[in-house]
Amino acid sequence: MSHSSHASQPTHGADRELLIGAHDYGTVTDRIAGVVLNQRGHPLPWFAVFALAFLLLNGMMLTITYLLYRGVGIWGINQPAGWGFDIINFVWWIGIGHAGTLISAILLLMRQQWRTSINRFAEAMTLFAVACAGLYPLLHTGRPWVAYWLFPYPNVMGMWPQFRSPLIWDVFAVSTYMTVSALFWFVGLVPDLATLRDRARNKVARILFGIGALGWRGSARHWSRYEAAYLMLAGLSTPLVLSVHSIVSFDFAVSVLPGWHTTVFPPYFVAGAIYAGFAMVLTLAIPIRAWYGLKDFITDKHLDWMAKIMLATGLIVVYGYVMEMFFGWYSGNPYEGYLIKNRMTGPYAPLFWGLLICNGVVPQVLWSPRWRASVPVLFAVSLVVSVGMWLERFIIIPVSLHRDFLPSSWGMYVPTLWDWGMFIGTLGLFFFLMFLFIRFLPMISIFEMRDLVLRLRGHRSESREPIAKSTEVEPV
Amino acid sequence: MSSVGERQEARGTVQEMVGSRLADLSSRLSGRQWRSLDELADTPEFQAWVEDEFPERASLLTLDRRKFFQVMGASLALAGLTGCRFLPQRRAVPFVQAVEDLVPGKPRYYATAVVLAGIGTGVLARSNDGRPTKLEGNPLHPGSLGATDAITQATLLDLYDPDRTRNVLRNGAISTWDAFLADVRATLASQRAARGAGVRILTGAITSPTLADQIQRLLDAYPEARWYQWEAVNRDNVRAGTEQAFGRPLNPVYSFDTANVVLTLDADPLDQMPGHVRYARDIMSGRVVRPDARSMNRLYAVESVLSNMGATADHRLPVRPREVGTIAVAIARRLGLDVPGVTISDAQSRWVDACVADLKANKGQCVVVVGDHQPPALHALAARMNEELGAVGSAVSYTEPLYPNWHDALGGLSELTDDMDADKVRLLIMLGVNPVYDAPADVPFGKALKKVGCAVHLGLRKNETSELSRWHVPEAHSLEAWGDCRAYDGTASVIQPIIRPLFGGKSAIELIASLAGRPRDGYQIVREHWRSALGTADFDRRWRRAIHDGLIEGTEFPTVSVRVQSPDRSLRGLSEAIAPGRSAGLEVAFAPDPTIWDGRFASNGWLQELPKPITRLTWDNAALIAPSTAQAASVADGDLVELQLRGRTVVAPAKVQPGQPKDLVTLHLGYGRSQAGAIGSLVGFSAGALRTRDAMWFTSGISLRRTGRRYTFAKTEHHHAIRDGKINGTQGRDIVRVMPFAEMEADEQDANHAASHEPAHGGEHPSLYPRDEHAYDGHRWGMSIDLSLCTGCNACVIACQAENNIPVVGKEQVLRGREMHWIRIDRYYEGDPDDPTVHHQPVLCMHCENAPCEPVCPVAATVHSHEGLNQMVYNRCVGTRYCSNNCPYKVRRFNFLNYANHHDVPIKQLLQNPNVTVRGRGVMEKCTFCVQRINAARIEAKKQGRPVRDGEVVTACQAACPPQAIVFGDIADPNSAVSRAKRESRDYSLLDDLNTRPRLTYLAKLTNKHPQLEKSA
Repeated sequence: MSHSSHASQPTHGADRELLIGAHDYGTVTDRIAGVVLNQRGHPLPWFAVFALAFLLLNGMMLTITYLLYRGVGIWGINQPAGWGFDIINFVWWIGIGHAGTLISAILLLMRQQWRTSINRFAEAMTLFAVACAGLYPLLHTGRPWVAYWLFPYPNVMGMWPQFRSPLIWDVFAVSTYMTVSALFWFVGLVPDLATLRDRARNKVARILFGIGALGWRGSARHWSRYEAAYLMLAGLSTPLVLSVHSIVSFDFAVSVLPGWHTTVFPPYFVAGAIYAGFAMVLTLAIPIRAWYGLKDFITDKHLDWMAKIMLATGLIVVYGYVMEMFFGWYSGNPYEGYLIKNRMTGPYAPLFWGLLICNGVVPQVLWSPRWRASVPVLFAVSLVVSVGMWLERFIIIPVSLHRDFLPSSWGMYVPTLWDWGMFIGTLGLFFFLMFLFIRFLPMISIFEMRDLVLRLRGHRSESREPIAKSTEVEPV
Repeated sequence: MSSVGERQEARGTVQEMVGSRLADLSSRLSGRQWRSLDELADTPEFQAWVEDEFPERASLLTLDRRKFFQVMGASLALAGLTGCRFLPQRRAVPFVQAVEDLVPGKPRYYATAVVLAGIGTGVLARSNDGRPTKLEGNPLHPGSLGATDAITQATLLDLYDPDRTRNVLRNGAISTWDAFLADVRATLASQRAARGAGVRILTGAITSPTLADQIQRLLDAYPEARWYQWEAVNRDNVRAGTEQAFGRPLNPVYSFDTANVVLTLDADPLDQMPGHVRYARDIMSGRVVRPDARSMNRLYAVESVLSNMGATADHRLPVRPREVGTIAVAIARRLGLDVPGVTISDAQSRWVDACVADLKANKGQCVVVVGDHQPPALHALAARMNEELGAVGSAVSYTEPLYPNWHDALGGLSELTDDMDADKVRLLIMLGVNPVYDAPADVPFGKALKKVGCAVHLGLRKNETSELSRWHVPEAHSLEAWGDCRAYDGTASVIQPIIRPLFGGKSAIELIASLAGRPRDGYQIVREHWRSALGTADFDRRWRRAIHDGLIEGTEFPTVSVRVQSPDRSLRGLSEAIAPGRSAGLEVAFAPDPTIWDGRFASNGWLQELPKPITRLTWDNAALIAPSTAQAASVADGDLVELQLRGRTVVAPAKVQPGQPKDLVTLHLGYGRSQAGAIGSLVGFSAGALRTRDAMWFTSGISLRRTGRRYTFAKTEHHHAIRDGKINGTQGRDIVRVMPFAEMEADEQDANHAASHEPAHGGEHPSLYPRDEHAYDGHRWGMSIDLSLCTGCNACVIACQAENNIPVVGKEQVLRGREMHWIRIDRYYEGDPDDPTVHHQPVLCMHCENAPCEPVCPVAATVHSHEGLNQMVYNRCVGTRYCSNNCPYKVRRFNFLNYANHHDVPIKQLLQNPNVTVRGRGVMEKCTFCVQRINAARIEAKKQGRPVRDGEVVTACQAACPPQAIVFGDIADPNSAVSRAKRESRDYSLLDDLNTRPRLTYLAKLTNKHPQLEKSA
């Protein structure tokens, strides 16, 4: 790893809390690899969540089948609200993915050691969230069977896509994001897959992990190339953290619609994405570390830091709301002015106030170290933020569309059961993939944790007292 | 073309082959001779034998092989006969032998007429390879002058209605024409001795000279027989009113173009009166303000329901229908007529004073018009007022009645019902009427009809009346049969068929002729009638001319010179027509529905889905109540209320309607039908269930009670924000610009004095981007709509729908906000909710120079043409809907579902305009400025080696518009009409500040208020 040169430097006090308990290389590897290799050790909640997710996934399949059969008219979209749940959920899922990339790439470049124990499953979360998001732009088109026309490819029609359209930028942004995230995640997995290959007793597992390990033997040359590749990927990913959601925000900012046509959108969308992403990481990390006894690795310190980032990005997002309202008034533009008024007092006002409570008010409890230290509070706040960010997209998309310039064409947007079916279905897909991942791949980077052990305790760590008192109960 | 030929040929061989096998069969037909299979198939015995599922009492099982083949062969031959009905079979010449001057793929136009309640409007029917696909107004016809109304346009859809009856039905079971004739002729024969005492004929209001002649001949043969004309929306009051005024019924004909001041008393000459298409042109021609026409008429409307007339008028006075008489009397008194004094409020008094001052100042150039629903005494009073004002002979003239045998429709129907109930009627022939549904609630027509042995109903579709009749005969649509009619001024037109009857129907003329024992084809009957009417001299030329022009020259009724009778006769009953002061309690008024009329168009999807003027309701009627009345009764918009009138009850959804007079419930007729096919059955509620003989139009004593249940209307506009007791429909936005006429004149004079040629409008906004992204070296198509002239009549909407193959989506989809109309008429209220100002604004694709939709489409499916059209490439569209989201005018329409799917109803395919793509599911669409018409004109011009002339391209909306509010043309040509319109000082772009630079601009609405009333308004 790039930070190996710092291994001998003294660690900061806070960093000492990143690993709890009497861990050495062996226990770290045992604990993490054990989740995958001991297939009998999965807790009941895994089966419960997986079964529910699988059910919802099947519901989504039914929804998509009917959607392809009847058309997008099964949804609640209409004139004037041409976009509804489709784009709300697209933006929501893309946003959730952002925390993963931020953790893996930016925190890596900034040498934040606390990323180590959460980056792997945050990256997986990114990947699955982007997969969920990717379904929407495809399926929201009226004729999904020709949606490939959005890609630039040589064709007999002699037609390129229209490069002025933000939707084309989206295609590039999201597909690049998906590719880089997948590569990043996979490259990071290679050494761990080799560990699993070496430890697996089951022949099939050995073969499969062996294929994934790409012949990794852990030689110095491997490590050297690995680190170069990983660093380059991190460098590639870093601009993506900022660019993908900026470009998604261009879908709106480039238009002429009041409520969309706003220059604050790119930074505000990026901040919102990270906000939502950390909320989702917390939502996943808190129960999983409990179910799999990983509190030594994902410590309360990790949660604390994630909460702080959430608070910071949340404040940026609130700043965005305040600026939108301010400029609605200050611009003197009647359409912008009405938009703000309509958000506050129109038919969707409860959602707007709900948004402010979810994203603006509730997360302020995170100022208090005492509340931040409370895991149930953190879990609750992260759920509230996820809801808030979803509401934000609802406020931005249909609420701006439903009353625009000419009052004669104003309407209402009401989602149908099929809208909900599709949304809940993608939640099913997400958790389905996430829980498969937890069960069949190491959810925490084993070799990076070993690296952390080295840096926190040096080679003589075996006989030392624990750095902090373990709060861990034995894994179930 | 060749396939048609082959089919003809193939049919020939089948006929020969089958012919020999039918030798046995023909011997069964009592030795009758038959020349063709058509004729053979028409014999009742044969039809009965073939159509009977188990033919001729002999089970199929007992048939031997030979007989089985005979039956099979006959069925096969019949299948061949019924195939391909839309081509005229008798003269089905294979196209391999090219028909002279028929170019395949090129539409042909035929002059004909469309009839509503007897009154004809001349149209030119477009025929694409034998299919009528569009109706345009006939510029030569006085009732059209090239324009149409929405209902006229929509009659085309009735032709292709899959719910039309396809067989003669006897008590609902399939029968044959011959069986029908045999039965009716037998009944007639049995009546011969009684001189037809048991024979009754019931028609709608008819003006057809030929049909009247046919019926008269039948009556001559059966002198005791009776002929009644019934219309639910009838003109009994006009008839009685003119009789009261002049001693005999007369037909008032207006020439609004000569009037500077028009006062309407609960009348809507723009939308409802016979001749309204012409009247709209005439009235609005007085409001055309151009550099060369600098005057404006002034319209006063006293009315009980907010109509397009009231919305267009400079001054509108909303009063309950019973108060209309009071106001009329007040005006008459101030005009110096000897009428009783009445008390009216101060505000009303000021209104009346201003109106009277204008009327007096414009003697000889003004007119008073009374609505058909007001009592006869008021019509007589108006006749006196018009005489006093010198309007007779200029703005109003009188002719002999349009309707032959014009009698009291209501009295006639009551008499008929009584006779039926008293078992006096043996044979009842009903031509295209539906009294079981639309008779007043206290005329038990349906009950009485069951007592009539031989009841015959001729109609396009089954309806409530046909259900109770022994015989139901499919009627030929007016585009399928020969006929004739008269326009509002008496001008006769010959109706010519454009297509053979799709379902083998008969016209009323043919039916009556067949009963009288002269079964001839409609063509011969109509032609012979006119030969005798016009004389044989030079008849062939005149006949051809009449067919070609769509009217018979010189047939308009001459003006009769009459004087109003002495006051004691003409003003009889006036005091009863005056409302007795401020009566307590709620009143009710009935009105024909603006789109489906009295229910006869309930099966017409275009008209059902057409947003009604003012209310913007689709697929529904409602109990309209004023905002203040709603508040007093604590009724909200969409509450289901129970209306009770003299023991009769109806549950209706309430709609709070700005501009509705206080304490008045207005109910539109035509809804709540039980037998109106798949489209019209069980839609809305039946207002007719409350209507009684003594209160055909309005009465008091209705009670309204909330049921506590709610109802959702499929409205296309949802908002009229009320703030501080004022409605502000445009939310204070600069959408509809309105300016007083006087102010505009003053402004322009100032501008001229300042010698400034700088236009006061259309200043270009600064931009960082190049001014003209697109270079145009040819035409630049543009449009101008004069908001002063738009009456909100909806003709353009249906014209566009017909021209551009726009599907009907149904109520459920309208509720979701997915109506597909490419042009819509936006309606905004402004001011006091009880008496608002109404603005109409037609909105279609603006074809912006800087179109926001274009850059956001990811696949370049919407692009700019080299002539500046914003084009939609359907087969490139993937359906992201981004263009629609980014359209500030929201004129784009998306096929959320497969709305245009006609696979399940193949007959609908015949309706489609072949020059416009039918859009599939998932594709965006919008107004194209009728690009197919632009291209047709361009091709024509190229062929002749000349540029496209100004006025050569006429869009569908423009063609239909009665007041000619829409101008289209090339803005690159500074002399084109559209360029001239755009140079007017009141030209403006909608949402100008977005810098979209629309190709469609509007001319600000001008008002011409009386100076004394201006302040209060």
